[in-house]
Amino acid sequence: MTSTTNTNVDTNEGASPKPRLKTSAMIASIAAEGQRTKPAPFGHALAELAESRPEIVGMTADLGKYTDLHVFAKAHPDRYYQMGMAEQLLMGAAAGMAHEGFVPFATTYAVFASRRAYDFIHQTIAEENLNVKLACALPGLTSGYGPSHQAAEDLALFRAMPNMTVLDPCDALDTEQMVPAMVAHQGPVYMRLLRGHVPLVLDEYGYRFELGKAKMLRDGTDVLVISSGIMTMRALEVAKSLEADKVDVAVLHVPTIKPLDAETILRESARTGRMVVVAENHTVIGGLGEAVAGLLLRSGVAPKFRHIGLPDEFLLAGALPTLHDRYGISAEAVSASIKGWL
Amino acid sequence: MQTNPLGHNVDLAERAYRIRRNALLMGEVQGQGYIGQALDIADVLATAYFHAMRYRPEDPEWEGRDRFLLSNGHYAIALYAALIEAGIVPEEELETYGSDGSRLPMSGMAAYTPGMEMSGGSLGLGLSIGVGMCLGLKRKGSPSRVYTLFSDGELDEGSVWEAIMSAAHWKLDNLIGIIDVNNQQADGPSTQVMAFEPLVDKLQAFGWFVQRVDGNDIEAVRAAFDAARDHAEPKPRMIVCDTRMGRGVPFLEAREKNHFIRVDEHEWQMALEALEAGRTA
Repeated sequence: MTSTTNTNVDTNEGASPKPRLKTSAMIASIAAEGQRTKPAPFGHALAELAESRPEIVGMTADLGKYTDLHVFAKAHPDRYYQMGMAEQLLMGAAAGMAHEGFVPFATTYAVFASRRAYDFIHQTIAEENLNVKLACALPGLTSGYGPSHQAAEDLALFRAMPNMTVLDPCDALDTEQMVPAMVAHQGPVYMRLLRGHVPLVLDEYGYRFELGKAKMLRDGTDVLVISSGIMTMRALEVAKSLEADKVDVAVLHVPTIKPLDAETILRESARTGRMVVVAENHTVIGGLGEAVAGLLLRSGVAPKFRHIGLPDEFLLAGALPTLHDRYGISAEAVSASIKGWL
Repeated sequence: MQTNPLGHNVDLAERAYRIRRNALLMGEVQGQGYIGQALDIADVLATAYFHAMRYRPEDPEWEGRDRFLLSNGHYAIALYAALIEAGIVPEEELETYGSDGSRLPMSGMAAYTPGMEMSGGSLGLGLSIGVGMCLGLKRKGSPSRVYTLFSDGELDEGSVWEAIMSAAHWKLDNLIGIIDVNNQQADGPSTQVMAFEPLVDKLQAFGWFVQRVDGNDIEAVRAAFDAARDHAEPKPRMIVCDTRMGRGVPFLEAREKNHFIRVDEHEWQMALEALEAGRTA
């Protein structure tokens, strides 16, 4: 590496045949070039739902613009609460709002909710099963900004919290459909938030989000990929590309990490002859992979099992495509892993 | 029972005595507890429950009630003593304090106890919840107030200052904070663990209406609660209460290590007698 601090820049200047990855979009956009996207699906869905649900309020810790809550703020300025850069206060105040009968959507980055405000969420929200909805941006490795902003452990932490429902959407459609489902659910919900121009892929699969349900997006006889979040998008790409190699890949999308759809996962995993690969945008410790592995073992279902996730280490800063390749969660890397295991 | 205890302000000192007595009786059940704090805060609780707050003992979740948040959950024994005196918790439950299956666990938890508005235990939570409640009450157009009791030790927690700053920003004139300054926390005198003075100057600089009173002078406490309620500026209100651990039981007041008091079996009767002597003095 050179002494430059701008780690998203390809340092091999001039010598590299690849274009320089230097825009901010490369640090924090999960959309590939040319991919169909929708702007701010969370913000628009929340603003629309709030039209008929006066009990919904929006709260943030100085990240309204960066969690798409600004769309809600613009539509319902009197229901928008800027709590300042204070995540503990945000969670406590959201609890207070819920005590008074409101349904607060509290937004921040996933790192700050999971690491900085964990005790506040645990004690003021989850312990009393309050109706607070957390929508937290930059989940897993969706920022190249470095470990301060990479929430690689959020699923492990919130899975472990009693009363907490945990959601990991794949795309814009998933995200917007989760919003009314979160409100319909009584109790706290943690949603990994995809913000900005969010890829749109699931509309091609006749998909509909249902809280607690895993969905088979495509069937296949050789490999079953069980995935959540943006890894479902990657799995669908991989399934298409492996067709050329005569590898038939099924994709089971698990947007609800907790409670886990044990019935569907067990039924699909028990089908003989398929290797099961869990793919998640999260550390391999304590997320979907270990949840599925534990479920299979406890139930006596023992397929050939592989796990794709982020390593148990502090991740590097840099451009997202580079990092996704490096840590094995790009479509190419997933495809290569699966071929290697077959 | 009364819906507005304002009319029952006959003898706050007697209420405070009975709150202290309830706390001692509960402490005796377990042989130990945060008795020092219960004795020091009894005058404040008596004023809150028998002078300032609106509530219905038979309907602890009455929408029109004033909320009381116990941020320092380890003071639960003190609040139980007040809730029993207020008729919100039946007196018979006093002897279940801290026992298996009781509605009165050692640390205050909302799901267990009628009238307990939040789960404490982890410190520095209450004022943040209070901010959210006050925002919610204002949204509803409710005239209810939120009283939040916390301790000088909790000033070490950054979240308390987040809430202090926020409450002024949002002009929460329905939030009344009460700080119990007994200068005693787990590792020793609060001022030595982490210097927090000058407290009044700091809180005023943060935009609060602040009063500092002798928290064991019940007339002064009552006047401060009235002034907090009647203050005209659109500011949150803080009452800083200087109190003495073990107040009302001289031999407990004299104990140096009184954050968590162990009382020998024979001492409970002595404590009750000392309290009684102070009552008639």
